[in-house]
Amino acid sequence: MSADDQAVPEEQAVPQEEERRHGAPLTRQLGQVVLHPSREGYRDLVEQLRRDGYTFCLDVTAADYLTHPGRPGLPSTVTPERFEVVAILLSFEGKERLRIRVQVPDGDPVVASLFHLHPGTEAMEREVYDMYGIVFDGHPDLTRILMPEDWEGHPLRKDYAVGRIPVQFKGAPGDR
Amino acid sequence: MTSIRYPGAATSEGAQELSARGQMTAGELLRESGSVLRMSEAAAAEQADRAPGDQETMIINMGPQHPSTHGVLRLMLELEGETVLRSKPIVGYLHTGMEKTGEDLTYLQGPTNVTRMDYAAPLFNELVFSLATEALLQVEIPPRATWIRMLMTELNRIASHFLFLATNGLDLGAISMILYGWRERDLVLQFFEKTTGLRMNHNYIRPGGVAADLPDGWRDDVLRILDALPARLQEYDELMTGQPIWRARTQGVGVLTAEEAIALGATGPILRASGVPWDLRRDIPYLAYEEVDFNVVVGTYGDVFDRYAIRLNEIRESIGLVRQILDRIPRGDYRVQNKKVTPPPRARIDESMEALIHHFKIFTEGFKVPEGEVYVAVESPRGELGCYLVSDGSAKPYRMHIRGPSFVNLQTLPHMLRGGLIADAVAVISSVDPIMGEVDR
Amino acid sequence: MGFGKGLEGLQHNFLTGNLESVVKWARRNSMWPATFGLACCAIEMMATGASHYDLSRFGMEVFRASPRQADLMIVAGRVSQKMAPVLRQVYDQMMEPKWVISMGVCASTGGMFNNYALVQGVDQVVPVDVYAPGCPPNPQTLLHSILTLHELVRTGEIVSRRQGGGGAEVHVAQQPQGDQRVTVVRPPVHVGTPR
Ligand code: SF4
Repeated sequence: MSADDQAVPEEQAVPQEEERRHGAPLTRQLGQVVLHPSREGYRDLVEQLRRDGYTFCLDVTAADYLTHPGRPGLPSTVTPERFEVVAILLSFEGKERLRIRVQVPDGDPVVASLFHLHPGTEAMEREVYDMYGIVFDGHPDLTRILMPEDWEGHPLRKDYAVGRIPVQFKGAPGDR
Repeated sequence: MTSIRYPGAATSEGAQELSARGQMTAGELLRESGSVLRMSEAAAAEQADRAPGDQETMIINMGPQHPSTHGVLRLMLELEGETVLRSKPIVGYLHTGMEKTGEDLTYLQGPTNVTRMDYAAPLFNELVFSLATEALLQVEIPPRATWIRMLMTELNRIASHFLFLATNGLDLGAISMILYGWRERDLVLQFFEKTTGLRMNHNYIRPGGVAADLPDGWRDDVLRILDALPARLQEYDELMTGQPIWRARTQGVGVLTAEEAIALGATGPILRASGVPWDLRRDIPYLAYEEVDFNVVVGTYGDVFDRYAIRLNEIRESIGLVRQILDRIPRGDYRVQNKKVTPPPRARIDESMEALIHHFKIFTEGFKVPEGEVYVAVESPRGELGCYLVSDGSAKPYRMHIRGPSFVNLQTLPHMLRGGLIADAVAVISSVDPIMGEVDR
Repeated sequence: MGFGKGLEGLQHNFLTGNLESVVKWARRNSMWPATFGLACCAIEMMATGASHYDLSRFGMEVFRASPRQADLMIVAGRVSQKMAPVLRQVYDQMMEPKWVISMGVCASTGGMFNNYALVQGVDQVVPVDVYAPGCPPNPQTLLHSILTLHELVRTGEIVSRRQGGGGAEVHVAQQPQGDQRVTVVRPPVHVGTPR
């Protein structure tokens, strides 16, 4: 698939060797294509990719890089943030998947919702909101989905304890 | 069951529930169906206003403890007479925190955890986790392990589809089907018990191969299953497929077009029922599926009947696949002989101190996996089962996410139920075949 | 036969026994379970009810969808924090006398999932009579635990089963007010120990 050149405006100068698609830096992780758009360009990128044939949104999830800020596979032009929203798209014609990783800062965890492009992301985005507290702008019904409504905290964040009940057995080592 | 207001109850799912008719907004309508049809927000707002008043409709709760909701799905339905106006599935009643627990277990312990997600097809969960780990490790597993994995997962697909036939029959009033379905499933489970030690939640497929080689006489066991099934499938065909009552209850019910299925992210039999020939085994092959021959079963109308027929015929395809696997399964090792990943064989532990230490280290500390992130998917009986794995270079996954096909497929419910009868709701839920363990994880 | 006292004219057979044991015999032999399938264990529970293992041998094939018609709740699977109030409500809807089997390690102790999401043992929510270990307990284990329970019913006390603030007592005697949470004090119960 050829990358057409209506690039999303980007502040940084593009290093020569870096590969891009629709203006977003492209890396390959173990043979899998990963795009790293900016938070603002995320929704537009998905829309353009939909026109390119990536008509199926498989998954939207997230990761919290609080304890591992030097994460794998980030191009040098992208500033790492605490959260990362990961969307996985599928193209039926090309028979290939594509991954999008968006950096979302801790202080302002908001990212555009894909709901109006791929309504199937409704439940997935609710799950990410529930588990990480990332807000999806434009989502029609952003409520908790897995945890009870009055639950405090977002369980999959790295600063949220597993909630293990310690073993009372005295000989048990402290940690596990 | 009416809404839960147990005195002293710790939780109430207020905001997750279906809102009252008076508070219905355009957003909610969009969420339910408008957006799939690419309805504009203004049109949705207009429809929300035109809705009947509170007096004529009734909101009822199905579940979370209801025999036809396949576990703990809770469905809120707004009815006008017997017609479903709105509906909303409320999930999370089985949320087990497995993704969090997965970050706390080593890669070798990981399959124990994930296998409990989709408990009707546990081997697929193990498979996808192991494939993801192996992709990060960049190890090749020996051919015999690959073929054993294929054999076991295809048998598991048969068992899972029989579970579907049993519950689907039960839900639609073909009560004897639950007895037959369970009988055939037990055939397969007995073989699993012999091979893996457990009837479910096997922890058999592990990073680096499988836990043990197939037991003596496995070929006869498998052949016995394969020989018994076709004639029985024929019986079920006669019992249900051609039967007028069965057809009346399933045909034209819960229709989903291809466009809607794609927009809603449905995969597996639901997507194929609406006419999209997409099967990962053929289209993005994993294991050794390029080398075997099978048909992708596709429906035409996208209704409950098509989904039933697809699963019934997929059992036939899987039987054919298992026969091919029996012919072609190579000899060799059942796990990779990579000192880093594989514990030393039992016999060596008795002789060598080093092997003992190595064995101990692998099971207590685990092995380190190079830094990286990967997404791997397999075709489970319910659709695309994916695993997104991030490693920070330590012995435990930094992030482990499973894309459960049931979780996504469940979103098609409000759309399929809309405008249908309440009695059909049971048929539609059962045709989605959700496994709540995978929905809630 | 050697009966006097006006019984000579009887045309049919009869048995004698004290009322209590007859009632216990009847309870034991026709115990209807409520479906409370939650997770993987529920599949094995259904398998136990299906043709191969055949629960109807013990008068138990009638899984009731309504808790009001059931005597026994088999909690099959992991109980999440979100499910706990539901579980408790279903239990409260059951008529006395009622029994609970906790099926699987998850229901019994939280099992391998020692984390934020799960209730670490259903006995924190309802009183449990028999724990069935295993993950999943295979149908034989479940059958064994059911037979253990039958034995408990046959030999146990007929009334006032739950002394000392068992679950049912809390509901009947001291209905919690407002936001106050239920504290369940559970009498210690072990498998196979008749009370
Ligand atoms: S005990 Fe095991 S089989 Fe039962 S619900 Fe828990 S994980 Fe599933």
